Amino acid sequence: MTRNILSKREATRRKVLKFGAAASVLPWVHVRSAKAAGTLSIFLWDHWVPATNATARQQIAAWAERNKVEVKLDFITSQGNQTLLTINAQAQARRGHDIITIANWNVRDHADKLEPVDDIVGRLIAKHGATNDVANYFGREKGKWLAVPSSWGTQNKGPAGRISLFKEHAGLDLQKMYPTSPTETPESKEWTMDAMLKAAEAMFKAGKPFGIGMGTTADSVDTWGSILASFGAEMVDSSGKIQIRSAAMRQAIEYCQKLIRFLPADAQSWDDSSNNRALISGASSFIYNPPSAWAVATRDAPAVAQDVWHLAPPAGPKGRFVPHNINFWGIWQFAQNKTAAKDLIEYLMQEELVDARCIASMGYDLPPYEKLTQSKAWDDIGPPKGTVYNYPVRGWHGAKTHVAHAPAPAEIAVQIYNRGTFPTMLAKLKAGETIDQVITWGNRELEGFL
Amino acid sequence: MKQLARRRSLAALALCSPLILLIVCLKIYPTFYAVFLSMLDRKMNNFVGFDNFAFMISRPSFQLVIFQSVLFAVTAVILKAFLGFVLAHLMHNIRGRNERVWRGLLLVPWVIPLSLSTLTWWWLFDPSYSAFNWTLNMLGFEDIAFLGTVWNARLSVIAVNVWFGAPFFMIMYLAALKSVPEQLYEAASIDGATAVQRLFFITIPMMRNIILITVLYSLIVTFADFDIVRILTNGGPQDGTHLFATYAFVVGIQSGNIPRGATVSLFMFPILATLAFFVLRDVMKRNKEMA
Repeated sequence: MTRNILSKREATRRKVLKFGAAASVLPWVHVRSAKAAGTLSIFLWDHWVPATNATARQQIAAWAERNKVEVKLDFITSQGNQTLLTINAQAQARRGHDIITIANWNVRDHADKLEPVDDIVGRLIAKHGATNDVANYFGREKGKWLAVPSSWGTQNKGPAGRISLFKEHAGLDLQKMYPTSPTETPESKEWTMDAMLKAAEAMFKAGKPFGIGMGTTADSVDTWGSILASFGAEMVDSSGKIQIRSAAMRQAIEYCQKLIRFLPADAQSWDDSSNNRALISGASSFIYNPPSAWAVATRDAPAVAQDVWHLAPPAGPKGRFVPHNINFWGIWQFAQNKTAAKDLIEYLMQEELVDARCIASMGYDLPPYEKLTQSKAWDDIGPPKGTVYNYPVRGWHGAKTHVAHAPAPAEIAVQIYNRGTFPTMLAKLKAGETIDQVITWGNRELEGFL
Repeated sequence: MKQLARRRSLAALALCSPLILLIVCLKIYPTFYAVFLSMLDRKMNNFVGFDNFAFMISRPSFQLVIFQSVLFAVTAVILKAFLGFVLAHLMHNIRGRNERVWRGLLLVPWVIPLSLSTLTWWWLFDPSYSAFNWTLNMLGFEDIAFLGTVWNARLSVIAVNVWFGAPFFMIMYLAALKSVPEQLYEAASIDGATAVQRLFFITIPMMRNIILITVLYSLIVTFADFDIVRILTNGGPQDGTHLFATYAFVVGIQSGNIPRGATVSLFMFPILATLAFFVLRDVMKRNKEMA
């Protein structure tokens, strides 16, 4: 504003003084306190579960009323990459909403345009406990928080299996493995990569194969990424060095080669909705997904929904890793009302509000703070009651949240992720190429990402 | 007289100015901006000249995208032109009320928004619940993985593009056919010309301009196709169906490397611009000859 006014008009002494006085008053209007009114524009990701939008709208309206702030709230769908396009357009135009919902890699992509939020996140961590590994990976750069880790649409993509089919064909009682109580059961300790392979084979023979895709979309990438992590395999390490020829990677690929034999014949052409449909239609017995597939089944296939149980992923030699995608609430550096934006974000991340949104979303929304995952919000959600009890990472799961291809530097990992390099390697394996051939191909691809 | 002519051309310019403004804002400015972006580094802070182009051309995955884009565009345009030509002749020979009904029906694929019709095709090809496969199973045949193998997926996306684009060729060729003077055919018949001779010595030469312009236009649009691949295959399986536009989207928007995305999207620009120059020059030359 300053630059435009001074450049377009003749800058007389009187005008400069007048402008200086106005500029010194302006912060009092907008910055000192959110109670000082003003306008705040917000872009929230349009939630899969419409009731959650309504809950968020009520919460924001209550805050706006109390603080006398005029709020403009837009829900923007991620279908057709609308959220992504909106963020990129606003970043290019240097204009847009005060608060934006910004996911995963986009935070790092726009690091230089986001307002640091160490103050808010510091207070939230003090109150709610540490943020998870994925929040730390995406949200921090050079020791600064770029955006606030939010529960809005934040999700785990852990396993969900059919209770009856697992009992009948694989001899596994999913509810006994992961009960609705804070206990690590002997059965859960035996839930390993080998156990999953045996179950996959049994289900394949029973005509109810596991619904894991090998396409290039996020669900496939995240699932295989967590399997890689459980073998300690990295495509590129945290220093940016290619590690595709490591022993751990070969071991992981050998495992995957066995597993893909038991997946549906067309898994290499699956997208993010394919696994959902596979579970809801009853064709598959097991998928990696947030509870959205189950939630849709409660409406479209109640008998299937009644039979679905969410559980932690199997353990590999290096542990259990739960695929995790996270949404942040960020504030552009060019936002008009930063103080009000910070105030609202902090307000929305209070425990009771987070819980209310979580329940409205049928348990989908996960807070990425340690203490908040101990909430009772997931306890009674069903049917079957407690199906999402083990959806958040609980302390006794011995699991960690993970995003595929972390801890590689974000500007490299984002390319491996979005290009679906690893699932493509598996699709090539399935098409008949050897492990050495796909490693060579993968290595060449990775060289192009550095 | 001169004054009148100047006034008329000024009026013409004024009347065209909204359109010119639109073209400048929505076409010319974005094109130059894309050229500018393609010469920046990933963070868009430093000028790197043609480094992005040199880098992309050296990548095997991008070489595959070039191959696929050329295969997709050339095959689809040839098939669309052939089908459009045949359909136009069939339509030309249907007379009366039926002609309008058939013409309307054949135009349906072209008037439905492409993203919607591609979704319908996706349901027909769907990996697990394909309506085509259901029909094949009912008839006792095995499933076909329409989108599951590289070549099946390539053929599927080409087929959808042909289905969508053939009516455009048909309507253009039909208009051209109707403008061919009947006397030429009558004279040829009197001279004893066969149907094939009439086709090659009257119809095709008379339609040449429209064929060239239609093929050029379609080639440009088909090279820039995005919706079909994005919806049907997302570039897979095994990156086997990526085109310039879908690859640019993945590289530029999804992976946050806008300069390289711009590089990918601009790759065919010089080739298509050169082609357009020669085709349009030929058309203008021919128009002058005919005049």
